Amino acid sequence: MVRASAISVRFDGVTAVDDATIQVPEGETLAVLGPSGCGKSTLLRVIAGLQRAESGTVELDGRDVRDVPAHRRGVGLMFQDDVLFPHRDVAGNVAFGLRMANRPRPEIERRVEELLDLVGLSGFQRRAVTSLSGGERERVALARALAPEPRVLLLDEPLGSLDRPLHDRLLAELEELFTRIRITVVAVTHDVTDAFALGHQVAVMRAGRVVQAATPDRLWAQPADAWVARFLGHANVEEREGGAVVTRPEAVRLTVAKEGGATVVSAERRGPLVRLRARLDGGGELEAVTTAIDHPAAGDRVSVEIDPSGVVTVPTGVGTAGD
Amino acid sequence: MDADRAALARRAGLVAAGVIPAAFVALFFAFPFAAILGRGLGEDGRLSLPFDVWLSSETLRLLWFTTWQAAVSTVLTLAAGLPLAWAVGRHAFPGRSLVRALVLVPFVLPTVVVATAFLALLPDSLERGLPAILAAHVFFNVAIVTLVVGGAWEGLGRGPWETAATLGAGPWRRLREVTLPLLAPALSAAAALTFLFCFTSFGVVLILGGPGRSTLETEIYLQAARAFDLRTAAALSLLQLAMVALALVAIGRLEASRGGRPAPATREGLRRPAGRERAAVAAVLAVSGTALALPLALLVARSLATGTTAWRRLFEETPALLVTPWHAIANSVLFAAVAAALSVTVGGLAAAVLARLRPGALDVLVLLPLGASAVMLGFGFLIAFDEPPLDFRSSWWLVPVAQSLVAAPFVVRIVAPALRSIDPRLREAAAVLGASPGRAWREIELPLAARAVGVAAGFAFAIALGEFGATVFVARAEWPTLPVTIFRFLGRPGAENQSIAGALAVCLAALTVLAALALDRAAPRSRGPL
Amino acid sequence: MTQCHKLGWLPLLLALLLGAAGIAGCGGEDDVPADVVLVTHDSFAVSKSVKTVFERESGLRLRILQGGDAGEALNRALLTAGNPQGDVLFGVDDNLLSRALAGGLFDRYRSPQLAAVDPDFTPPDDRVTPIDHGEVCLNVDRAWFRERAVAPPRSIDDLLLDRYRNLLVVENPATSSPGLAFLLATIARYGDDRWQVFWRGLRANGVRVVEGWEEAYTQQFSGAAGSPGKRPIVVSYATSPAAEVIFATKPLSEAPTAVIDDSCFRQIEYAGVLRGARNPAGARELIDFMLSERFQADVPGSMFVYPVRDGVPLPEAFRRYAVRPAQPLTLPPDAIAAGRDDWIDRWTQIVLR
Repeated sequence: MVRASAISVRFDGVTAVDDATIQVPEGETLAVLGPSGCGKSTLLRVIAGLQRAESGTVELDGRDVRDVPAHRRGVGLMFQDDVLFPHRDVAGNVAFGLRMANRPRPEIERRVEELLDLVGLSGFQRRAVTSLSGGERERVALARALAPEPRVLLLDEPLGSLDRPLHDRLLAELEELFTRIRITVVAVTHDVTDAFALGHQVAVMRAGRVVQAATPDRLWAQPADAWVARFLGHANVEEREGGAVVTRPEAVRLTVAKEGGATVVSAERRGPLVRLRARLDGGGELEAVTTAIDHPAAGDRVSVEIDPSGVVTVPTGVGTAGD
Repeated sequence: MDADRAALARRAGLVAAGVIPAAFVALFFAFPFAAILGRGLGEDGRLSLPFDVWLSSETLRLLWFTTWQAAVSTVLTLAAGLPLAWAVGRHAFPGRSLVRALVLVPFVLPTVVVATAFLALLPDSLERGLPAILAAHVFFNVAIVTLVVGGAWEGLGRGPWETAATLGAGPWRRLREVTLPLLAPALSAAAALTFLFCFTSFGVVLILGGPGRSTLETEIYLQAARAFDLRTAAALSLLQLAMVALALVAIGRLEASRGGRPAPATREGLRRPAGRERAAVAAVLAVSGTALALPLALLVARSLATGTTAWRRLFEETPALLVTPWHAIANSVLFAAVAAALSVTVGGLAAAVLARLRPGALDVLVLLPLGASAVMLGFGFLIAFDEPPLDFRSSWWLVPVAQSLVAAPFVVRIVAPALRSIDPRLREAAAVLGASPGRAWREIELPLAARAVGVAAGFAFAIALGEFGATVFVARAEWPTLPVTIFRFLGRPGAENQSIAGALAVCLAALTVLAALALDRAAPRSRGPL
Repeated sequence: MTQCHKLGWLPLLLALLLGAAGIAGCGGEDDVPADVVLVTHDSFAVSKSVKTVFERESGLRLRILQGGDAGEALNRALLTAGNPQGDVLFGVDDNLLSRALAGGLFDRYRSPQLAAVDPDFTPPDDRVTPIDHGEVCLNVDRAWFRERAVAPPRSIDDLLLDRYRNLLVVENPATSSPGLAFLLATIARYGDDRWQVFWRGLRANGVRVVEGWEEAYTQQFSGAAGSPGKRPIVVSYATSPAAEVIFATKPLSEAPTAVIDDSCFRQIEYAGVLRGARNPAGARELIDFMLSERFQADVPGSMFVYPVRDGVPLPEAFRRYAVRPAQPLTLPPDAIAAGRDDWIDRWTQIVLR
């Protein structure tokens, strides 16, 4: 399991990570979510031992690894843009960690084969890494990280550079893989969907601080503040005196009614869900989500019904969602 | 913190790595140079600064001429080299690697040999003087422009030009708006190096300049070796060193501000020329090829002037040498190999240290030894290494040491950028996978830089092979080197001796071409040697 | 696809290097040196067989340090005076003698072999021993003049004639030993003031000046085999015609070039035991050997100069084609030392500026 407590990192006078604490139980996945520049990658590097922290501790399986250099921590790391060794072939890359551990040759070969099977690249041993496609490279990077049987796997935006179909496919594979081999994972990402898909828990970071860590459901239902709400994708965030009111779109029901209080501005279907935006007569806009097939269309007059259980008041939070 | 300790270990490693090249330069460059300067400027145990020499009108005239001819040579070299850079850097054609290898030959041939060949070419009316100097400079240095600018051009790919074309820019417009700005870093690098070489040019000015024409470098030689006026020689040496250092600092600033990141090497830039381009490329190759090959062809012709006897004589004894000329070739190759190994070691370590620092003035200052007069350095060897424990002025290995003082800076200039361009995350990936810092260096940086190191080694070999200045002072008759031998034969009467000199020069040229070809083979996508 | 192996040789080579350096550095500093080192200029040459004879007879190994011309070799010796690179310095000629002596380079030595040396060449000082002599003379290209049906110049005075305009090439006395010798010849012949008149006349008559002998002879002189030169009169050596015959590709019945007798300037070359030499005994042995018949007989063929020892047979080509001027011009070394710099300056003013 992984615990990073009260980590602070400063570069050139700028605080990159500010008193951040995260914790991942064994076998679970924590997604660290935040906009670029929020310090999530830096935090990851501190856990890996590649970055020095001014204060705070890192524990892996209960062991304080503060004095353990990166090459002895036994973590696996997958970089953004894979970072494969260009001068070695696929097998050479995957086998690297095993070679550093001085495992005997036959064992290395066996394990390489095993891992390439695992990631769906059987037979790719002798291929040159420069000849691989984006998805294949990510898989080799994954196999390489997993080969030395690390206790912990760290992922830095693993799906960032892939196109959509590949991205979705790999996401599904990763989820399934992590469950199967029961490894502790910390995955850093800026994409809310990826974070929710991968993580049992999600820690949201902003400007170096962890502002909320909870399950995806809890995050969605009870965001810590207006900023988090907007970042997660809530459209119905209304600033008021003393707080902001967040209304979940699922809790808004729009019914076609001539004398209703709003007009539908747009209706978009995304797979099973339809997103409706409506402009209120009194001003302001509201977003609703429905699974119905016959739903109001753009231009329709509708009445608005809000389920109070889907409304929460949260602190405003400092700054805007652009952070 | 552990990362702390790793950083400390890394810094200690850097310091250890840097100590060797620093000690090398201190012992074999700074110390002898200081010794001879001290001898020249010392009066009754005190140093007297030679302001009278520095401020004399002769010195100023000398300085002016040296700078001016170097500047004009540079401009001409750029003009002559750009078309060839265009042909070689943008197009694939059969024999491309051969052309690139041939272009290097003038660069590494000893100036004595080439100047003599040039003399034979000069029509009587042209005589020597400024035009001859300029022409010879262009001949020598066109390699720099072709390989540096050509390499950069190649690395840029076709993208920018195609985009500009779709936006409506014609060929001349593209040249102005796209080509020149994009090539600016490579152009300034090539110009800077060319200027440096022309500024410190020795053999060309001495032989082709004609009586009375002198640059700083030749004047130092005349004052030191001929007139034995060490004071003036020392004063001019200091002046030259200062000027070169200034120029290098300026170049360093230029490079740093342009963000000296080397462009990534891609293959897509090359394509077969078609249509009008084909004719243009052919024309450029023909003209450049003829201009470059003519003096070399003359050397071959001269070697055959007495039939094949000259070539047979290479294996026979002659009173001019204590060994057969063939021996001189073998010696040269051996010395050059040792010098190459030495340069690669010293230069490689220095490059490793530099690669970890930010690009800056230090990167160019490694070229400073080239700005020191070879004759002063040779003299320095004689007086600095004459007593135990530093009693090695008669040792054979001083020859490769002198040669590597010239070659090592090039190794640094080739290897440091290659090391810098290695993605630091590769090192991190290796670390996380269990590689200790030393192991990571061996597994990642070394193999990735291997190509550059190979190129550097080949280059160092070629330079050591043709080195003439400092070698003269340390070479001994039992183991002469090729350039020294050629010079000796040139100085003896009779057609046969001249032919032997020609044959030896052809051997030197051939060895250089071989080294350059091997270089190119090892690094098909090299960005150029400099 | 590992490229690691490419660099596996590097540490090995480094180890070899250091090992070799160690070995080379260690050996050789015995108490009794088995070498004798000769420091000289680039034009020095000796046949291998003669060298072997010396080594066998003396039991010493002869090492030779060559570099530059006579002036440069002298300067190097002056630089290291007291702690010289070698044991014997050879190549100091009359022009340089006073500088060498003033610099305290040599230890006294009178070789017993001097008895056999022609009294013309008696050294002016105990510290040096004459070894050979050469004459710097004007050479003319016979064929060139014959083709144009013009009589070649017979005397140095002829050079001022219209007929010989633009035909002469000389070396810069500031940078060339034969060039300096020719200048001294004109001073010796015409005297203190008239030599300047002579040179003005030469300049008006189109004399070409180059920096060194190689260029003058092998590039500018039309009479040298394989030379692209167009000028048929050059300052060279009295032995150059013989050299042309010896090195000709086809056998020649007569020398293609000739010498203008009254332009010849004698140069005697000396050797001396260097002060502070490691092996002074060996140095003396070497000098003795250089005056021996064996060495003196080898001197013409190797260095294209004449022996100083009486009665040494010359090689046939030399007897037939080399000229031994009867009355070469000379100047006393002291006069040369006193006037040289000034003369060169004035010459530069007259001819170059």
